Amino acid sequence: MLRPAVGGEKELTADGGSVAEILESVAASHPDTRSQLFSADGDLNRYVNVYLNDEDVRVLEGLDTAVGADDTLVILPAMAGGAL
Amino acid sequence: MSPSGAEVLRQIKSRIDEVDPAVVREQIDNGAVVIDVRETDEWSAGHLPGAKHVPKSYIETRIEGAAPDRSQHVILYCQSGNRSAWAARTLLEDLGYEHVESMTGGITLWKDRGYEVEVPRTLTAEQRERYSRHLLLPEVGIEGQQKLLDAKVLLLGAGGLGSPAALYLAAAGVGTLGIVDDDVVDLSNLQRQVIHSSERIGVSKVDSAEETIAALNPDVKVQKHALRLGPENIMEVLPGYDIVVDGLDNFPTRYLLNDASVRLQIPVVSAAILGFEGQLSVFKPYDGPCYRCLFPVPPPAELAPSCGANGVLGVLPGTMGLLQATEVVKLILGEGEPLIGRLLMYDALAARFTEVKVRRDPDCPICAREPEAISDEEMGVFPDYEAFCAGAH
Repeated sequence: MLRPAVGGEKELTADGGSVAEILESVAASHPDTRSQLFSADGDLNRYVNVYLNDEDVRVLEGLDTAVGADDTLVILPAMAGGAL
Repeated sequence: MSPSGAEVLRQIKSRIDEVDPAVVREQIDNGAVVIDVRETDEWSAGHLPGAKHVPKSYIETRIEGAAPDRSQHVILYCQSGNRSAWAARTLLEDLGYEHVESMTGGITLWKDRGYEVEVPRTLTAEQRERYSRHLLLPEVGIEGQQKLLDAKVLLLGAGGLGSPAALYLAAAGVGTLGIVDDDVVDLSNLQRQVIHSSERIGVSKVDSAEETIAALNPDVKVQKHALRLGPENIMEVLPGYDIVVDGLDNFPTRYLLNDASVRLQIPVVSAAILGFEGQLSVFKPYDGPCYRCLFPVPPPAELAPSCGANGVLGVLPGTMGLLQATEVVKLILGEGEPLIGRLLMYDALAARFTEVKVRRDPDCPICAREPEAISDEEMGVFPDYEAFCAGAH
């Protein structure tokens, strides 16, 4: 659901030292993702999970979690397709 | 001249303690370890309830598995009380067991008294052949195969995910497969729903699935639920099943299923697919997170791709459905590391699996509470439920 908003890309490279900076950089270059990632008050939408490598950033420091150059952010949207 | 066998036996019996079946019956309840020392075919024909089996020829090497504590009370028996007397002497004099008795008259006298005998379940010759590749695996074996045959698994949907899962679970000998589906087979299903066939277009999916399963493995009983799962029927459908396989196509029912399965404490092996991507996780209530811990709220309808017709690579539900079936078998056997507290993402185009951790939410509106505290009214409910995805329910 996010992929069409980034022109079909699966993986993006973004600059930033924190989860917030990286997601902001994604939203700045692909404006359609902004409303999917962030709620009106600027928090991460609750139906989108973001993981720093394999750990949910919500159990780290949320959007303030520091991100290093070798880290990977995984954006996991809820899916319900069972192909009935 | 050496004494005769009968004379030696008489001497042995004078040195060990013998005990009447009536006393053994009481001692079983008092924590004594009762061991059948006969051969395997004799054991299989019936034994004392709760007894353990250590054939006399293996008594020295295997007794510690059955009675590790040398000071505990051990009662041995055989067919008539002779072999158990020999074995009792071995335990007392060679292995240092302190409290060993041999049952007088063996199981023959026990039966003459009209006491209960337990006949162990065994596989038929055909089952031994059918499941021979399972029986060769130490992680399965006869005991594991019995667990599979005793298991009751509910598949939500005989569709893309449910078809491959049902086929392999049936082949594996999962004894009861429930299938919930109110749909009929459509030509456009056959690109991925491999349990159906071209001749069955227009046939109800539960009937079609039952026919395929019956042809594959007559050991499997199919329970058909030709309905759409909803709040009005979920608490009638789920009880009695050991595991639920979730291949649901919409969010409201996924939340409903989550809440009901937490309340009933039934593990759910969940998968979702879209396009070339799949997600998989096991939600075992109170052992790990539930679906609401992972996604407290569903995405808004316009971002919920399950609401419309979306493409899916036909092979993808095969991959994900079989990963589900694998997790189901692991749960039944109690083997391996189930995908509890973890979510696996599969990207078919990249041929890549990614795994992330899923934590229990200490403030989860459902699984942070006791199961009996979850009421009918709140099951499957989330904010904006009514406004959600009009086509989904």
